[in-house]
Amino acid sequence: MSTPDPAYRRPIDLKHGRVDLAFGAGGQAMAQLIAELFARAFANDYLARGDDAAVLPALTAGERLVLATDAHVVSPLFFPGGDIGSLSVHGTINDLAVMGARPLYLAASFILEEGFALAELARIVDSMATAARAAGVAVVTGDTKVVERGKGDGIFITTTGVGALPAGRDPGGARAQPGDAILVSGTLGDHGMAIMAQREALAFESEIRSDSAALHDLVETLYAATDASAIHVLRDPTRGGLASTLNEIAAQSGVGMLVDEASIPVSSAVQSACELLGLDPLNLANEGKLVLICAPHATASLLAAMRAHPLGGEAACIGEVCIDPQGFVQLRTCLGGRRMLDWLAGEPLPRIC
Amino acid sequence: MSTTGMRYVDEFRNPQLAAGLARAIAHAARPGRNYAFMEFCGGHTHAISRYGITDLLPANVHMIHGPGCPVCVLPIGRIDMAIGLAQARPDVILCSYGDCLRVPASAGLSLHKARARGADVRMVYSAADALSLAQREPRREVVFFAIGFETTTPPTAVVIEQARALGVDNFSVICNHVLTPPAIDALLGAAATGRDDAPHLDGILGPAHVSTVIGSAPYDFVAEHHHTPVVIAGFEPLDVMQAILMLIRQVNEGRVAVENEFTRAVSLTGNRKAQALVEGVFERREAFAWRGLGSLPHSALRIRPAFARWDAELKFALEDRPVPDHKACECAAILRGAKRPSDCALFATVCTPQTPLGACMVSAEGACAAHFSYGRFRDRERAATTGTQP
Repeated sequence: MSTPDPAYRRPIDLKHGRVDLAFGAGGQAMAQLIAELFARAFANDYLARGDDAAVLPALTAGERLVLATDAHVVSPLFFPGGDIGSLSVHGTINDLAVMGARPLYLAASFILEEGFALAELARIVDSMATAARAAGVAVVTGDTKVVERGKGDGIFITTTGVGALPAGRDPGGARAQPGDAILVSGTLGDHGMAIMAQREALAFESEIRSDSAALHDLVETLYAATDASAIHVLRDPTRGGLASTLNEIAAQSGVGMLVDEASIPVSSAVQSACELLGLDPLNLANEGKLVLICAPHATASLLAAMRAHPLGGEAACIGEVCIDPQGFVQLRTCLGGRRMLDWLAGEPLPRIC
Repeated sequence: MSTTGMRYVDEFRNPQLAAGLARAIAHAARPGRNYAFMEFCGGHTHAISRYGITDLLPANVHMIHGPGCPVCVLPIGRIDMAIGLAQARPDVILCSYGDCLRVPASAGLSLHKARARGADVRMVYSAADALSLAQREPRREVVFFAIGFETTTPPTAVVIEQARALGVDNFSVICNHVLTPPAIDALLGAAATGRDDAPHLDGILGPAHVSTVIGSAPYDFVAEHHHTPVVIAGFEPLDVMQAILMLIRQVNEGRVAVENEFTRAVSLTGNRKAQALVEGVFERREAFAWRGLGSLPHSALRIRPAFARWDAELKFALEDRPVPDHKACECAAILRGAKRPSDCALFATVCTPQTPLGACMVSAEGACAAHFSYGRFRDRERAATTGTQP
């Protein structure tokens, strides 16, 4: 038996075709999908070898390995400012970046639903490839499974990332100390509101775009601006928004926080949409923002470094860490009163009247 | 928050104006006496907590949370009714507003949990969304679980009229709409007779959105029969502070009147068109059992017989069975203003917004949820000054 001449093999119809069960069955259809879509889009030597795993070079002496994984199930798949593909790259890169690591490699797993349009899959994979390339990170291994129609929601993507943590860097959620400054890298709530507006087909005068972005370059800029030990906590306020992130850190570190509402950046479009829906922008997800908690002496240089970076133009110092064994995050409201900035309970829901 | 734009709303959150109002209130409040005002509406409860307005008031001006939170006053039996229907009839899609889905019902269920167990329960943003869902799903029975005070009643009336006009027969409504004036009447009636734990009230902060619909005239009885001042206030923090100042002045001057701080939206007679719509579709129930306030005569609406085809209670022969609250839950006393959230043994222990036992912990406008999410750090400060355990 001879192998069919590739010239006689009909290419997969990436324009009008749909995912069928054969694409996940381990046979030639699957091999063809990998070759014609994934390997072509992600194009690197590791994938080109066609092996079961990627063999990666050793780290520089003194560096430690950092590993993160993130499953992406966003609906809608495409939204202003991004799509599930770019999001799945940024999400995992950011998990590495907020540990202080330089992201190096990604692995990607796809769960596809039978019937999913190949044109949409191609668009998503291209978007992933573009995002990964822009971030200087290679997608070096992957997996594809197909589930029967009705057993998935089009496409789920899990990405796993490996990064290198240079010596001397050790940010962590348990390291916030009373007196530390709390900084955010820009406006809050953009991603959450972009998704909500799209999901509910809400039309606003100005389009609200997701802030989905890879944060590792911003993180590098911060480490270049100060001594590494001054950076105590880095975190990306994704689901649950700034409110949940600050509460997580307060609980991990056993401290309280005092935040000044007037200094928290929120775009007027997101603020207006929140007014309309009865939502709080501080509960909405972000996919390209950084929360930084640092020693007070480094505040000015880190804020200046953030503002000089393309992703940090609207960065602000929003408050400080204080002593509080109960871990309350308090907000000084724009009127000068006080309240708590609490965890988000359940889903953010629009109010009734 | 630092934003660019939103000028219209920002004017009502101006820190300088707030500081000026705070000084005026401090100046007006006489040191020798206490002022106890009830904000009827959950929207005001939320604004007071959200902006930390308590910090801007003198210690002798007390705001007592009222029952004006739609999901809070809804008796458990009504939610049970909706859950029962959604579970018994797989062809039914039960729709309601977001907050409603999390209200604890009998047997540890809520509409949310019923959904996890297979019932088709969906969140909608408006009554109109529910009607268009019925049009998209002609083989399903779409039931809209309608709740709320006079604000949300006109949109429900509109969709019932539209369902009739368009001949949408797979759409129906469980009507739980309630009325504000009878609830205020009951609260002040209890206070006047000195019944059980009713709090003394020096004035009422009147609802904002409700009053845009019904106008200010329906509150005249509060001044005339209950001799209690009313100031209708908008939901922005400066509205609330200005209205508190107006209430203090009425008390100081010994005046009793219905005043309107929210003149940019509320008139004497309200929205006549909306009132006519409501009148055409709904009629008053003989009585309705409110959580916390008990059975109040003529305090809620039902669908008129002319629209019986769109009345889910008739269509599915639904029964309203009264269910007692959780024994230790103080929602009822909190809704009457007789107790504070932190007086409840369940508060912030087993009852939290994540795992609510009582309805007041569900909606952001509920007194317990507002205190939990925004104000519970104050319990520690109060405990420190009074020497009690928080």
